[in-house]
Amino acid sequence: MKESRIVVNNKVGLHARPASVFVQEASKHVSEIKVSCQDPDTNEIREVNAKSILGVLTLGVFQGMEITIRAEGEDEEPAVVALVSLVKNNFGEE
Amino acid sequence: MKRLTGISASRGICIGPVFPFIRQELKVESYCVDDTKEEVARLDAAITKAKDQISLIYQKALGEASKADAEIFQAHRMILEDPELLKEVKTKIEKDSTCAEFAMMTTAQSFSDMMSAMQDEYFKARATDIMDVGNRVLRILLGVAETPTADLKEPSVITADDLTPSDTVMLDKRLVLGFCTVRGSATSHTAILARGLGIPAVSGAGEEVMNIIKGTRIILDGTRAEALVDPDDEMVAQYREKIETARNIQDAAMKHTHEPAITRDGVRLEVVSNIGNVEGARQSIENGAEGVGLLRTEFLYLERTSVPTEEEQYQAYKAILDVFGKLPVVLRTLDVGGDKEIPYLGLAAESNSFLGQRALRLCLVRPDIFKPQLRAALRAGVGNNLKMMFPMVATAQEVRDARKVLDECISELKAEGKAFAENIEVGIMVEIPSAALVADQLAKEVDFFSIGTNDLSQYTMAADRTNPKVSGLSNAFFPAVLRLIRDVIKAAHAEGKWVGMCGELAGEPMAAPILLGLGLDEFSMNPPMVPLVKQILRDLDAGEMRSIAEQALNLESPKQIEDLVKEKVPFIGQLVD
Repeated sequence: MKESRIVVNNKVGLHARPASVFVQEASKHVSEIKVSCQDPDTNEIREVNAKSILGVLTLGVFQGMEITIRAEGEDEEPAVVALVSLVKNNFGEE
Repeated sequence: MKRLTGISASRGICIGPVFPFIRQELKVESYCVDDTKEEVARLDAAITKAKDQISLIYQKALGEASKADAEIFQAHRMILEDPELLKEVKTKIEKDSTCAEFAMMTTAQSFSDMMSAMQDEYFKARATDIMDVGNRVLRILLGVAETPTADLKEPSVITADDLTPSDTVMLDKRLVLGFCTVRGSATSHTAILARGLGIPAVSGAGEEVMNIIKGTRIILDGTRAEALVDPDDEMVAQYREKIETARNIQDAAMKHTHEPAITRDGVRLEVVSNIGNVEGARQSIENGAEGVGLLRTEFLYLERTSVPTEEEQYQAYKAILDVFGKLPVVLRTLDVGGDKEIPYLGLAAESNSFLGQRALRLCLVRPDIFKPQLRAALRAGVGNNLKMMFPMVATAQEVRDARKVLDECISELKAEGKAFAENIEVGIMVEIPSAALVADQLAKEVDFFSIGTNDLSQYTMAADRTNPKVSGLSNAFFPAVLRLIRDVIKAAHAEGKWVGMCGELAGEPMAAPILLGLGLDEFSMNPPMVPLVKQILRDLDAGEMRSIAEQALNLESPKQIEDLVKEKVPFIGQLVD
């Protein structure tokens, strides 16, 4: 299993176009990939399927929140690396 | 015969059978299946077919609408590929032995509910997307036609409650003679579509529209805003003659449409077009428009999920500007308010959005929206003849504020070393009575005015043009409105500035003599109207029209003014009757 934590810094967080770019990237990999974050109100940790646009959207990740990306499977290493770099580069936006 | 009246949404007359656009209700029953494996296979097949349909619509939307319109269908595709959604539907079939229809419906409903329960407007829009997609799969499973117009086979008049872009994208436009809708207004999607296609449309004709039985013969007169249901043969013959005459006039006008509009006494007028996408740009050139007097930019913002980026806007504007080359194109900056559903802008609903924080008022407090648009336009204007126009101006300070933001964008682009259009003309829409009343002050701040008669009429007359009960008052042919137009033109000319008009009035044959008489320099209208208005202007004498316009301003009602025009310029009367 491969796991990495990263802060989402782009303006809209994991919504709209960034969310769909994220899901599209996750879907390129065969590993099972989960993304989780802590609910700022309840402190509860929620985890969703990173390949599900509806799951990722309902996670409600806004600018400045930290997410954990966890992958398990044959391409777990490149999967996590690719997703982390996507977040780091603000989903290719300016 | 029955006569229904509404609002004129697009001029012209057509005769044909009625085709009601009825959204079929999907009746889903819950039943148990024996072979769950087979049921899952049935679901998979339906989903594959739904994806194919969406791809097709996406391609079609790309071709004829805009990229922004098309993006919504890409979002639909992603929902259909969502592993969580698919897992839940399949689990329901496999574990509970429910049929595919019921499993799909309940799953889509629960995901949709989850989205609409969230505070954010963005999620609420996604809730609608999920239901749209779910219904598409359900239609396939139930064997219901994809769109209500799937079996539209002969040229017909479409009757509907109101139509949305998703309704019309799959419509075979060659089979549409006209539109008659229960609700809607002169500015609804149906109206804009009809005017672009050059076919008649009547909006707001009331509930009775949907009582007209499929196949009933109907005469739709978009000019007079009426529908004659089940007319006798004599009436039909009379209208056929009118259509024939109109066609002959249009054909004759078309022959000379690439020549300029010069009046009998040698006054050269500019006749340009109102457009909102590349298709409109091509149509303008075909119809002999000498440029664009109003490029609406809202199309880039509607029916999508995020603010269009500067780059996206740059590409879209450039594609349109390139069609016109050296011909002038007046780009109007974003003109929306709380009445438009653009969830990602996060606009609060306002109790009276037409008097609210809309258009320039919104842009001035939202540089995050305004600046990317200005930058994109400035960049796209390189090598073309771009002019910038701000909508909804009430005071001179607003113009100065807007110009300041524009100057900031110019400095930024310079600092970044990016190419942009230099020394462009900057103008404003005159559509608020206050702007018309201080036009002398505003004329000092701008290079040109463009009079928006639709809004100027409704604000001056205090009559909502989307409300059929009072829309009659929202008529630019009331002397109150015409007098404001006269003052605006005078004030601009005193400062040596030119004045255009991009409201509906500019494309009205009946108005051409008056507007010419008042000294209007530029007439901007929907592309199909260009040939006729050019022809009319060529047949008029500007000096003569000045005295007719003066007389008109002293009359009391649109009817009296129309009668005056018909009396003094008999050929106009023949054109519109």
